[in-house]
Amino acid sequence: MDKDKELEKIAQEKGLWENKHFSGKPSKSSEKQGEGVDSEVEFQRLYTPDNLNLDYLSDLSFPGEFPFTRGVQPDMYRGRFWTMRQYAGFGTAQETNSRFIYLLKQGQTGLSIAFDLVTQIGYNSDDPLALGEVGKVGVAIDSLADMEALFKDIPLDKVSTSMTINAPAAILLAMYIVVAEKQGVDPSKLSGTIQNDILKEYMARGTYIFPPVPSMRLITDTFKYCAENLPNWNTISISGYHIREAGSNAVQEVAFTLADGIAYVQAALDVGLEIDKFAPRLSFFFNAHSNFLEEVAKFRAARRVWAKIMKDRFKAKNPKSLMMRFHTQTAGCTLTAQQPEVNIMRVAFQALSAVLGGTQSLHTNAWDEALALPSQESALLALRTQQTIAYETGVTGTVDPLGGSYAIEKLTEDLEQAVWAYLEKIDELGGAVRAIELGFQQKEIQTSAYRYQMDIENQTRVIVGINKFQKTQEDPPKGLLKINPKVEQEQKQKLAAVYRKRNQAEVETGLLRLEKAAESTENLMPYLLDCVRNYTTLGEICDVLRKVFGEYRQENTF
Amino acid sequence: MEKGQRIRVLIGKVGLDGHDRGAKVIAQALRDAGMEVIYTGLRQTPEQIVEAAIQEDVQIIGISILSGAHTYLLPRIIELLTREGAQDIQVIAGGVIPEDDKTLLKEAGVAEIFGTGTSTRDIVKFIKQLHLEGGLQE
Repeated sequence: MDKDKELEKIAQEKGLWENKHFSGKPSKSSEKQGEGVDSEVEFQRLYTPDNLNLDYLSDLSFPGEFPFTRGVQPDMYRGRFWTMRQYAGFGTAQETNSRFIYLLKQGQTGLSIAFDLVTQIGYNSDDPLALGEVGKVGVAIDSLADMEALFKDIPLDKVSTSMTINAPAAILLAMYIVVAEKQGVDPSKLSGTIQNDILKEYMARGTYIFPPVPSMRLITDTFKYCAENLPNWNTISISGYHIREAGSNAVQEVAFTLADGIAYVQAALDVGLEIDKFAPRLSFFFNAHSNFLEEVAKFRAARRVWAKIMKDRFKAKNPKSLMMRFHTQTAGCTLTAQQPEVNIMRVAFQALSAVLGGTQSLHTNAWDEALALPSQESALLALRTQQTIAYETGVTGTVDPLGGSYAIEKLTEDLEQAVWAYLEKIDELGGAVRAIELGFQQKEIQTSAYRYQMDIENQTRVIVGINKFQKTQEDPPKGLLKINPKVEQEQKQKLAAVYRKRNQAEVETGLLRLEKAAESTENLMPYLLDCVRNYTTLGEICDVLRKVFGEYRQENTF
Repeated sequence: MEKGQRIRVLIGKVGLDGHDRGAKVIAQALRDAGMEVIYTGLRQTPEQIVEAAIQEDVQIIGISILSGAHTYLLPRIIELLTREGAQDIQVIAGGVIPEDDKTLLKEAGVAEIFGTGTSTRDIVKFIKQLHLEGGLQE
């Protein structure tokens, strides 16, 4: 029997089966609570070969080959596990340094720095706007002195470091490079990532400083500098994670992220960079949410769409330019403060979906994160969850083990189509930056977030312990992390010592040069490096840039 | 309900925290429940929140905060309200706020704290109840 005939026969038989068991009830409606997915793509009752519109060689191909649906490496986790990279940072640089050294001793394979909001928005710890915020959601970094303390006894040629820093990413990268130089490590040996993704800050995460145009310039400056000097550095981590956390569904997460990706590539091309010089160092960051099958399909679809964009739209030739490499974090917004131990299970399933989706690195959330920053114990348990998946479950034994599943392949197709539809819409609006200015993505995210909450309140979406299986009396959680209340004071003292010790004239000259360069179109990286070497503070540098670039004010889309 | 009788609420994000999903969801839910809602947007200082609350003549302020800076920022808002003679404006809060801090914040004058997982219906109910009991200034 030829293939078409066989599929026809299957479809026919399926019709009979549907009639026999479900007397023609539509396949798409959910038959019980908690079913269905949280995007526009819905589950069917049963997937069969006739549902697929699949050409194996062009749609799936082989791992490590275009369009990378089955993974970016030919051998995936058979060769090497994903990087286990737990996001950490709180209090002072010294405290975070101890947590890093602890995590590395426990078998973590990469570092990931959380900065406090003061650092992320480019202020010093002694700024009035910093009151109450210093060292709270991450480590406080005011100057090179803090960065030196953060990496004390951690050889930078031996670890890869990811920094969740966006608006002032170029400055923190400059500090990292100078720490490496002081350790005697050649910057070309450095590996790691700066998030450097300003567009999702405007739409979802909120730590913007400057308006879009100068922000994009800072980003393309880092692309160019790194292409020449830090060949192993991921210059950006184009992030859907925060878009999803802000309430989007899976399709929006991928679509808005890839639209941002298109905007960055275009911006780099517009300043004269060559596609195959910078594109191999672009990386991505996604959320692993609760709907297991949808998430696995989402990761696969995202890779396929990006590969096509890079090949067809941007004419990239280097296979590395076409490959979407991504980090994943489990979904913080799914963690509950009620019966928080259940979060351990949620995180494990979410992490498994990321692994089955072919992630390159992974952060697993700690069970207590709806209550506080993770304690040392809960952070360790989160790491152990990854180690269990890697070493015990056997899912790493074969590449893309869910590939070929009728359900997964059909969901991958459906998600891909839905993503393309959004990308077209954003192109029509004039691209990601223009669409953000119009509030398009923000409104879409807001609508999804509200619907998600209403679904919980109407019981159409069940969250264990929240709207079903509640406990009448919650046990008070134990062992939560407390931030040292003296951190603000200590940080201000350290900063005062920096002011005293440094050469003030050098600092001022450096800032003047930076200002001039910012007014021109020169690459700012060398000027930033000079400033941080002199212990010019983050706040001082950002003040100069604020003066030249102006500040972004969010349109109230509510 | 007449416009003048609607409960007036200011939903605010204070400090540097950028998480506005909760604030926007609550703002929309309160609006759907018939209240008049003003949302401040991100990065407001306590001074800006209090000024907006007085200017907009709201009866209640809802502050969303997930950055851990609540122990400074919330008491500061209440202090400023008192200084401006606007202590009748009630303050409620939501976000990631550890149990131990809740007692402290209530002592400082925060009327209620709604943690992660709270139904918007419970918040609507709380505000309406407070209104019925005369806890909100007219």
